[in-house]
Amino acid sequence: MNLSRTARALLRIALALGLGVIYVPLAVVLLNSFNSDRTFGWPPSGLTFQWWRSAWNSTGVRDALWTSIQAGLGATAIALLLGTMAAFAVQRYRFFGRDTVSLLIVLPIALPGIVTGIALSNTFHTVLGVPLGLLTVIVGHATFCVVTVYNNVLARLRRMGRGLEEASADLGADTFTTFRLVTFPMLRSALLAGGLLAFALSFDEIIVTTFTSGAGVRTLPIWIFENLFRPNQAPVVNVVAAALIVFSVVPIYLAQRLSGEAQTH
Amino acid sequence: MFSVMPDQAVSLRGLRKSFGSVDAVAGVDLDIADGEFFAMLGPSGSGKTTVLRMIAGFESPTAGTVELGGRDVTRLAPFERDVNTVFQDYALFPHMSVLENVEYGLRVKKVARAARRERALEALASVRLEGFGQRRPAQLSGGQRQRVALARALVNRPRVLLLDEPLGALDLKLREEMQVELKAIQREVGITFLFVTHDQEEALTMSDRVAVFNQGRIEQVGTPAEIYERPATAFVAGFVGTSNLISGEAARAVLGKEGTFSVRPEKLRLVVGDGATAGPEEHSAAGTVSEVVYAGPATRFVVELDAGGRLIALQQNLQVSSMDVTGLRGSRVLLVWHRQHEFAIADAPLPEPARS
Repeated sequence: MNLSRTARALLRIALALGLGVIYVPLAVVLLNSFNSDRTFGWPPSGLTFQWWRSAWNSTGVRDALWTSIQAGLGATAIALLLGTMAAFAVQRYRFFGRDTVSLLIVLPIALPGIVTGIALSNTFHTVLGVPLGLLTVIVGHATFCVVTVYNNVLARLRRMGRGLEEASADLGADTFTTFRLVTFPMLRSALLAGGLLAFALSFDEIIVTTFTSGAGVRTLPIWIFENLFRPNQAPVVNVVAAALIVFSVVPIYLAQRLSGEAQTH
Repeated sequence: MFSVMPDQAVSLRGLRKSFGSVDAVAGVDLDIADGEFFAMLGPSGSGKTTVLRMIAGFESPTAGTVELGGRDVTRLAPFERDVNTVFQDYALFPHMSVLENVEYGLRVKKVARAARRERALEALASVRLEGFGQRRPAQLSGGQRQRVALARALVNRPRVLLLDEPLGALDLKLREEMQVELKAIQREVGITFLFVTHDQEEALTMSDRVAVFNQGRIEQVGTPAEIYERPATAFVAGFVGTSNLISGEAARAVLGKEGTFSVRPEKLRLVVGDGATAGPEEHSAAGTVSEVVYAGPATRFVVELDAGGRLIALQQNLQVSSMDVTGLRGSRVLLVWHRQHEFAIADAPLPEPARS
């Protein structure tokens, strides 16, 4: 479609404004992590790596990072297993309540985190009597991480159809061999994309985490939140935020490239 | 007087398949001999592909049995049956090279690496794809993919090779080449080929015998010549070639007989003018040319008979050109044919497939 010169200019401005609103503040965070002024005076009075150094040496940050990684890996593992199985069930079999099950699996990602948080906290606490800790954080995150894997695998299965698996069975491969040699390799990039998204979701989650982590378990976002209003820690918090921006780009970029590749097949 | 029946590669008995209340296959009995090149011909939705899928094991029949080489395989999984399939969309594994695709069947049957490599290379050579082993299926043309699919199935030396519209996705030129090639390959390997097609020309040119499917049933089984020259039903007459039917009033007037009769268009001789008469063993019908379709080697004349109905006559363009023949529109003509070329066909309406 051809657009008029004015329309094109207006659309360009709209795009620049939209992206600007999102990315200028992020750029400020990145810049401030090198700002030698402790109160982030603007414009920066000088460049320093001091805050990066002290963040690196902070045990609080390191512990929180490790906790976040454990939580992310745990939730991703559960999501991969359950999400894949659910996607197979919904895509490959017809059963009573199939659409409902599909809806119920996707719903948690839309539920307000605070609701999920309170609900899980109550259940763990009062119904099951499970002490809150890393394990409960992992379960809490998994509730919505399953969705990304489920959606990715479901889309792939739908596009793949049954043809390749039929061809494999026709050539003499039993069900397990077919999964190993055909189905799984075809799903691999969808699993990777879904897994990366799941990990990214878990990594920056704060609300559900607050309700399910109990005392002593501190993920990185929780640590940031706790230290946000301590003037002493402000520069370090800023560095952590800057580092998170950089780290978040990687999995999202990879996930996008993987799903893009699969589409051009 | 007792003759030994040749071994049956495939025997179907009372085969049915219902999807909900619809009978996709409504009772099929069929025997296919070892080494035959057999075609299942029919329009889409006639049940031929469902029959193929039941032989392969992808669908389980609602009723009836499937025997392969005398063994009942009705309840066996696809991987327990000695058949291989060339799929309509080829279904090559996109994450494997061409060689890995061809090796696949041998690999899952635990054939030693060196042996299966050798056989796979042999199979690729037999479909003229030497040197393509390391490519990915996505890097091949449609015709090449088709041949990889063929090699992947043949390398397992199955009892029966099933082909589902094997040439459907190819363009005309390639399709004609592959028709000849498939036939040659089949003669070479001696495996029973059972293929599904909606293309009557393909069925006639390639196969030893043809089964014509309609509404989940077989209308007629026979050699291509039998099917074409002596169609058993109005459906076969119409689906295989152009049906030229003379029935009712016209049959009484022209042939002096009751019933419905079929004459193939190329059996009709077109004589221009009113004065001509038919020979002793011939029948004739006078009429007016209403349409002339010039088609290169031959011309089709649509003739409205004076007695009612219309016939299509196909005449070779031996000495005429398009200018000459198109001028015949509106002319009075006489259509003449030998009596042995007219066949009575069952004109009773076909039974509807039973609903369950």
